[in-house]
This record gives sequence, C-alpha cells and structure tokens, in this order.
Amino acid sequence: MDLGAVSWRFVKVWRRNLWTYRRIWKVSFLTPLLEPLFFVAAFGLGLSGFVGEIAYGGRKFDYPTFIAPGLVATAVMNNAFFETTYASFVRMYYQKTFDGMLATPLSLEEIMIGEIVWSASKSVVAAALMSAVLAVLGFVDPWSVATVLPIAFVGGLAFGALGLWLTGITPHIEMFNLPVFLLITPMFLFSGTFFPVSSLPGWAAAAAQVFPLYHLVELCRRVQIHAWESSTAGSGAYLGVFSAVFVVLAVGAMKRRLIR
Amino acid sequence: MVGLVSAVVAVENLVKRFRDLTAVDGVSFTVGRGEFFGLLGPNGAGKSTTIRALYGFSPPTSGTVRVFGMDIRTRWRAVKARIGVCHQENTLDPDLSVQENLWIFAGYFGIPLAEAKVRASELLEFFALNHKKDAKVADLSGGMARRLILARALINRPELLILDEPTTGLDPQSRHLLWERLESLKAEGLTVLLTTHYMEEAARLCDRLVIIDHGKILVEGAPGDLVARYAGAEVLEVGGPDAALRRYVTENRLEYDDLGDRLILYVPEGSSILEIVRTRFCVRQCTWRRSTLEDVFLRLTGRELRE
Ligand SMILES: Nc1ncnc2c1ncn2[C@@H]1O[C@H](COP(=O)(O)OP(=O)(O)O)[C@@H](O)[C@H]1O
Ligand SMILES: [Mg+2]
Repeated sequence: MDLGAVSWRFVKVWRRNLWTYRRIWKVSFLTPLLEPLFFVAAFGLGLSGFVGEIAYGGRKFDYPTFIAPGLVATAVMNNAFFETTYASFVRMYYQKTFDGMLATPLSLEEIMIGEIVWSASKSVVAAALMSAVLAVLGFVDPWSVATVLPIAFVGGLAFGALGLWLTGITPHIEMFNLPVFLLITPMFLFSGTFFPVSSLPGWAAAAAQVFPLYHLVELCRRVQIHAWESSTAGSGAYLGVFSAVFVVLAVGAMKRRLIR
Repeated sequence: MVGLVSAVVAVENLVKRFRDLTAVDGVSFTVGRGEFFGLLGPNGAGKSTTIRALYGFSPPTSGTVRVFGMDIRTRWRAVKARIGVCHQENTLDPDLSVQENLWIFAGYFGIPLAEAKVRASELLEFFALNHKKDAKVADLSGGMARRLILARALINRPELLILDEPTTGLDPQSRHLLWERLESLKAEGLTVLLTTHYMEEAARLCDRLVIIDHGKILVEGAPGDLVARYAGAEVLEVGGPDAALRRYVTENRLEYDDLGDRLILYVPEGSSILEIVRTRFCVRQCTWRRSTLEDVFLRLTGRELRE
C-alpha cells in the first residue's frame, strides 16, 4: 500500500455509493428495523422460557436482553461484509466501476478505502436503527443508540476490509459461499452472540477470542447492557489492528487483481 | 516528427510482459499537441495494453511513458486529471442514470456538483443525448452508450483524449455521428490518441498513425503517405491468375500479393502497367480501385485470421 496515494478523495467513492443507495434506502432500512423484532420474538420470547436467566460479566440477564447487543453486532458484521463481498464484486467484475474510476485522479487505495468506509457507514446506520428499536422495546440503554455508533463504525471497517480482501482473491462470485459458510456462520454462532463464550470448553472459549465478532459483541454489550467479560481496551485494539491489517491486505489483493 | 519535450505523449521502448507473453515489445512513438494519432493493429496486437500504460493502469515491464512531459509512474495523479479515457469495454455505471453518470464521474475529478451539472448538460447536448438524460444506462443503444462514454471522458475538459476502439460494434449511422463529433473536437485543438482496426476510420480521422502487430510497430506515417508507399495508388485484383501473368509481374518487379486464386497488384500513380495488365491478363474477373489503408494493413499484418 502506497501511503502517498491516500487522500480525502476516497469520499468521492463513498459518495457514489451513497448516491445509488438513495434509490433503495427504504427497502434497506426495513431489515434493521424488523430483524430485531423477529429475533427477540423468536429467541427471546419463544426460547427464554427454556433458557431462564443468563449469567454474564458477573450479572444476570433475561435472555432477550442478553442477545440484543449480539444482534446489533451481527447486523454490523453482515452489513459491512455483504457489501464489500457481493456488492463490491459486482461493481468490480460485472460493472467495471473500478476500471472507470482508475482512469480519473482517484488511486486504487482511495477506491478501496472508499468501499470499506462505505460498508462501515451502512453498518452504522443499521446499528442505529436496530438499537433504536431495541431501546424502545426496553432491551438496551437508550443512550447506546448514540454510543454504539463509533463501535459499529470500527466493526464495520473490520468486516468491510475482510470482505474486500476476499473480493480481491475470489475468482467467481458464487465462491463467496465458502467464506460465508466457513467464517461468517461459525462466527455468528460462537462469538458469544447467543450464549456466553465462558460456557464453552476452555479451548473453544480461547478460540472464540480470535473472532473479530467476539470483540464487537463485547463492545456492544458494554455500552448497551453495561456488562462485559473481556478488556474493553483490548477488544477495541483488536478491532483496530484487525481493520488496519485487512485494509492493507485488501488493497494489495485488489492491486494484484486490477493493475496488470 | 514531434520533439520529445513538446510532445503530449512520449512513449519510449515500452515493453509489457504477461508471464511468458510479450504483449508490447519495444514500442516508441510521440504525439504532438493537437494531433490525432492512431494506433492500428489486429486483435491482440497490443493496442489496449499500450494505451493502458498511458494512464498507469498497466505498469510497464520496461521503458518510459511520459504524458505532458510527466512520468506516469510518479506523476500519475497530475496526468490523469488532464486526460479523458474511453475504455474498450463499457465502464458506465449501470446503477446511475445517464446524467448522473456524468455528475458522479465529475466528482472523481473534484469538480463540484453545480459545475458538473452545467458541463453535463452541455455534453449531453453535444452528443445528442439530451432526450435520454434520465434514462437508465441499460436502456441505451450501443451507439448512445458509446456517446455517453465519450461525453463522460470529456467531463474534466481534458487536453488529451484516449479512445480504445470507440466505434467497434456500432452501426454506420452511430459511427458517422461519432466521427463528426471527434472531428469537431479536433478542430477545437484537442489531442486524440485512438486505437482501431477500422481502416476507414483511421484514414478519415488520423493525422499520423502507427500499425502494430505482435507488440511491435511495423510502420509509422500519415495515412496518405503509407498508402502511397505500401499500396501504390491503385489496386488491381485479378481473379484466376494464369502463369503468364505471374511471369509478367515477377519479370517487371511489380508489387503484388499472390493469394492463389487471386493476384493483387499494387500500381503506382500514373503507371502504364495498369492498362497492359487489364488488356492482356484480365481473362476472368478483374477489379480495379484506388488503394486504401486497408491494403497497407493487410499487406503488413498478413491475411491470416486472428484469434
Ligand atoms: N491482463 C492480461 N494478462 C495476460 N495477458 C494479457 C492481459 N491483457 C492482455 N493480454 C494479452 O496481450 C496481448 C495484447 O492484448 P491487447 O493489448 O488487449 O490487444 P489489442 O487491444 O490490440 O487487441 C493479447 O495476446 C492478450 O491476450
Ligand atoms: Mg484492445
């Protein structure tokens, strides 16, 4: 990655995506508004009778309250990851959008950073909408509609960069099934989203800490239900470093793919 | 010839290798300000690869590329701000309408939206696309899409326009409209670098051109000079040539191509050979016409099929 090639111009790429998004925003807003209702209804109301109370971070929570921040974190992951995988792949491969941009003063670095920041912006919007619904339902601290936003942004950067790196190395769009199945699904299930990681065997609990989603869930729980089991600074640092590493990897992979 | 210093484009010894394939093999040329320069060659000759090196999309294996006197490797941002590029493939944004394509693209150059809207409506007018300004890109015909790509390449008011096969696949009407527009841009002093494999297009538009094949430049010159030098003034195609004709052309050291069932004779201006051959050897079918750039092209790059 060439740092001399990075400037504020990435905002132009971000703006392009925002412009096209304005057409479909009503549909896009529906998912984060309705999804928490479905999950809370199914898992919270349906399942909580069997689950009872969850002990986490030294306190006890009813089941819907426990999973609420996990849902927000998962939405952050999905919004960014699916944007920079499927959607970015379509722009790169089928629409040749990046080829067009590369004939302008934009650098490849700026195009990729624009894509990643855009995906993180979608995560922020989804987190805000979902948290608002969950706050109205009384599951999360209403203030967290605001305090969760920087967390959603950093989490979005992490998953957006991871997704874009995969886009840079994936030959066909169908092959995204593989990282979704091997990476996203296990992360969704084993990152403390639906049950505390501490209830897993020791080795599995340790392994879960490698997942960026684990750290994102931790940070969301911290601001939304004020409970945590890992160091907040550690989780923040992990997501920050993870994002930086994958931004560099994504730019490198895209450079190899597009500049020939 | 154009001096290296004043040249808008100066390519020196450009080599581009893809693994074991040498796509561009030591190409050098210059384009002067206001010139309309053609890069001709059959499919796979290395035209697009050469052009991509000009805007930094394809870093050279060796050699130098200077645009406006600046090295593309270090000054790419300054260079790209002042050029317009029409890719061979369609890179229009299908998520945006016709005019939004221009507005958003202008943004990549740092042009404010208000200014972009003014320029966009001028360009849509110029390219006869005003009635389609709110249409989806997917609904445009091939000719309209090409015109929009050209309009988009002009949104930053470039000093150099790079066109990679701008009329491939277009119907004659669209092609002629595009040619007219390119001619009026040229009259305004725009420098244009164009690749094509339509000889008619090159002969009509280009001040100077090179023919490249297998990554190497075969000839360089003005279209008319190249025709005179490599295909004479007139061409006589003799169907079913006999041994006597073959003997005659070799004895008189005429320029010809023997295709077996046809013999193609290239005759210089004012030569008496034409009359002699027509009266003595035109047994079956004989066609006679002015030489064209296509004759030069086929003579130099061969007649066998590419790809
Ligand atoms: N990215 C690439 N990787 C490998 N080979 C390439 C690549 N781009 C072009 N080539 C090859 O280089 C040669 C020249 O291609 P190109 O410049 O596109 O030709 P033209 O534009 O004259 O038709 C062709 O043989 C083509 O297959
Ligand atoms: Mg080409």
